[in-house]
Amino acid sequence: MRKLLSGNIAVAEGALAAGVNFYAGYPITPSSEIMEHMARELPRRGGTFLPAEDEIASIFMLIGASWAGGRPLTATSGPGFSLMQEGLGIAIMTETPLVVVDVARLGPGTGQASRAGQGDLMQARWGRHGDQHLVVYAPSSAQECFDFAALAVNTADRLRVPAVLLSDELIAHTWEIVDVPEAAQRVERRTLVRGDPPFGSSDPEVPPPMPPLGEGHSVLMTGSTHNEWGVRFTSDPEVHRALVTRLSQKILGNAAELARYEARGTEDAEVGVVAYGSAARSALAAGELLAREGLRVGVVVPKTLWPLPEEPIRELAGRARAIVVPEMSLGQLVLDVERIAAGRCPVHGLSKVGGGVPLYPQEVAERVLEVGR
Amino acid sequence: MSHPLHAYLREEILPTPFCPGCGNGLVAGALLRAIASRGHDSLRRFVFVSGIGCAAWIPSPLLRADSLHVAHGRAIPTAIGVKLRRPELAVVVVGGDGDIAGIGGNHLLHAARRNADLLVVMVNNLVYGMTGGQVGPTTPHKLPTSTTPYGNPEQPLDTAAVVAAAGANYVARWTAAHGRDLERAIAKGLDKRGFRFVEAVAQCPARVGGKLRMEPAAFLRWLRERSVRRGEETAPELEERFLVGEYADQDRPGLVETLRALGAEEK
Repeated sequence: MRKLLSGNIAVAEGALAAGVNFYAGYPITPSSEIMEHMARELPRRGGTFLPAEDEIASIFMLIGASWAGGRPLTATSGPGFSLMQEGLGIAIMTETPLVVVDVARLGPGTGQASRAGQGDLMQARWGRHGDQHLVVYAPSSAQECFDFAALAVNTADRLRVPAVLLSDELIAHTWEIVDVPEAAQRVERRTLVRGDPPFGSSDPEVPPPMPPLGEGHSVLMTGSTHNEWGVRFTSDPEVHRALVTRLSQKILGNAAELARYEARGTEDAEVGVVAYGSAARSALAAGELLAREGLRVGVVVPKTLWPLPEEPIRELAGRARAIVVPEMSLGQLVLDVERIAAGRCPVHGLSKVGGGVPLYPQEVAERVLEVGR
Repeated sequence: MSHPLHAYLREEILPTPFCPGCGNGLVAGALLRAIASRGHDSLRRFVFVSGIGCAAWIPSPLLRADSLHVAHGRAIPTAIGVKLRRPELAVVVVGGDGDIAGIGGNHLLHAARRNADLLVVMVNNLVYGMTGGQVGPTTPHKLPTSTTPYGNPEQPLDTAAVVAAAGANYVARWTAAHGRDLERAIAKGLDKRGFRFVEAVAQCPARVGGKLRMEPAAFLRWLRERSVRRGEETAPELEERFLVGEYADQDRPGLVETLRALGAEEK
C-alpha cells in the first residue's frame, strides 16, 4: 500500500509494523509527532503507552518493558538523547533490546530547538562512558524511516543490543510517498531454554538467549560487570575483559552484515561524495547536476553510521581524485572518512550549520568542483 | 536445619556483603517475613528491581528471584516498565534514600502521582553509605558527615509525607528498631494495589555510627528513642524525631487499572 507520510509518522508506522508494543517518552521537537502517533495507535493495537517524567525515566521504562518481554521504542532529540545515554549504557551492558530514535536538531545545549542539524553522529556512536558499541541507522527518506525503524527493532531483538535510529529535522518533517508492506518482517528474540547461561555465549558473534521473567529462572540482571550467569564481579579483571570484549564483538564481528549503504556512480567516479541523512539527498542531487557538466561523481550514502560501510568508502577513495563529505555539522563523518580513506585520496569536509538551512545541491556541487577539477 | 527464610535466598552467595551490624539485614528479614506471611513458597511471582547503593544489594543477588539491578536512581522507572508489560507479577523496588529519594526523587514523585502498581521499600540510613557516608537528602539537620564536617546545614526531606501528598495508596515509615511494625507495613503494602511506599530508617554503623560514636545496638536504641508515633507528636519535638506510622492508606485504582479502564476510545 502506498501512503503519504512524514518521516516521523513513517518511523512510528514502521515500528508498529515490526511489532513495537511499548512506548514511554517525553515530548521534544522535532520528534514529538512520533510520540503523539504512538499515544493514539498503541492502545488500539494492544500496546502500552506512557508519558514519562523525563527522558531518563523513558529509557529505563523501556529497559523494564524489554525484560518483561515487550518490544520497546522511544523517540527524542539531542537534549533528551543526552539524558538517555545513561540508560543506553545500562542497556548495552545488560544486553537489553530497545530502540531510541534521535531526530537530530541543533546543539549544543538547547541550541536552536527544532532546527535541522547533524551534530549528533558522535553522540549516537560514543555517547556512553566505557568501552561499548551499538548499532546506528540513518534514514534519508520517509521510506527509510519506515524501513529502518522496523529493521532497528529486529536488529535490537536479534543481537540483544540497543539500536539507534538517527533521523534529522528535514527528514522528519518531509512528507513523501512510502510503500507500506502488507506485513513487515519480524525477527523475534531467542528465549532462554533452562540450563543456558543468559549472559554468556561460546560464539561472541551470537548473543545469549534472553530469559523471561516470572518463570523461575531467578534472573540476575545487572548493569555492573557480571559473569555468564549474571553474578557481579566488580574487581576481577578477566571477567570484565571477557564481558566487554564479547559485547563489542556482537557488533564488530557482525559489522559486514550489519553495515548498509547505497552507492551511486562509484564504478568510474572521478570525484567522490560521502553523506548521510538529509545531506545525502543533496549529495545525490549534486551528482546529477555535475553529470550534466560531464563530471563523474560517485556517491556513497552510509545507511548505518555504526558499523560504517567501510569497504565501499575505501574503494571510492582508491578510485576518486578527492572525496567531499558534506554534513550539517562542523565535521564528524569526515573524520571517519579520512580514517577509512587512509591517504588514498584527499578528503574534504563541507560544513553548514545554523538556522536549520539545508545543504543545497548547488553548494555540494560547487565544493566538488573546487576540490575535484 | 536451615532457616525458614532460606527458601528465598541464594544460599550459595551467603554471607551478605553488608557490614557487621548493618540495618539492611533487619529490613531484609522484615521483607521476607512479610512475604512468608502471605503464603508464598518461593519468590517465583516476584520481580525485584534495585539501583545502586547498599540497600540495592538486598535483592541482588541475595534473593532467589528475578532481579533487575540497574543504574543509580532508576529502579522505579525500570519497575514501571516491567509492571506495565507483566501486570500479573508482583514488582518490588528496594533501595536506599540516596537512590530512591535523592537521584531518583523525580521518579519517586511521579510514580506516586501515577499510583503505579509497585511496592517500594526505602532503607533510609541517613547518608550515602556505599560511597563513604556523605550528606544526602535525608540527613538530619546538623549531623556531621564526610561532606558536612561542620554539620548538615540543610533540612532533611520528609520522604514519607511527600510520597503521601503525591497520591500514593499506602505510605508508612518505621525504623529498623520496629521489626514487627515494619513487617506488618510491608505485608500490608504487598496486599494493596497502586503505589505503596514503606520507609525503614536504619542504622549505618560504619558511616553514621562512627561519627556519632554508637555501636549498632546503641544505634538501634537511639532510633527507637527518637521515634514518635504519628498522632502522638507535639510540634517542638519534631525537628529531632522520626515520625513513624502510616502516612496514607487508601484504595484508589492503580496505573495498570486506569490505563485499562480508559481503553482506546477517543475522547
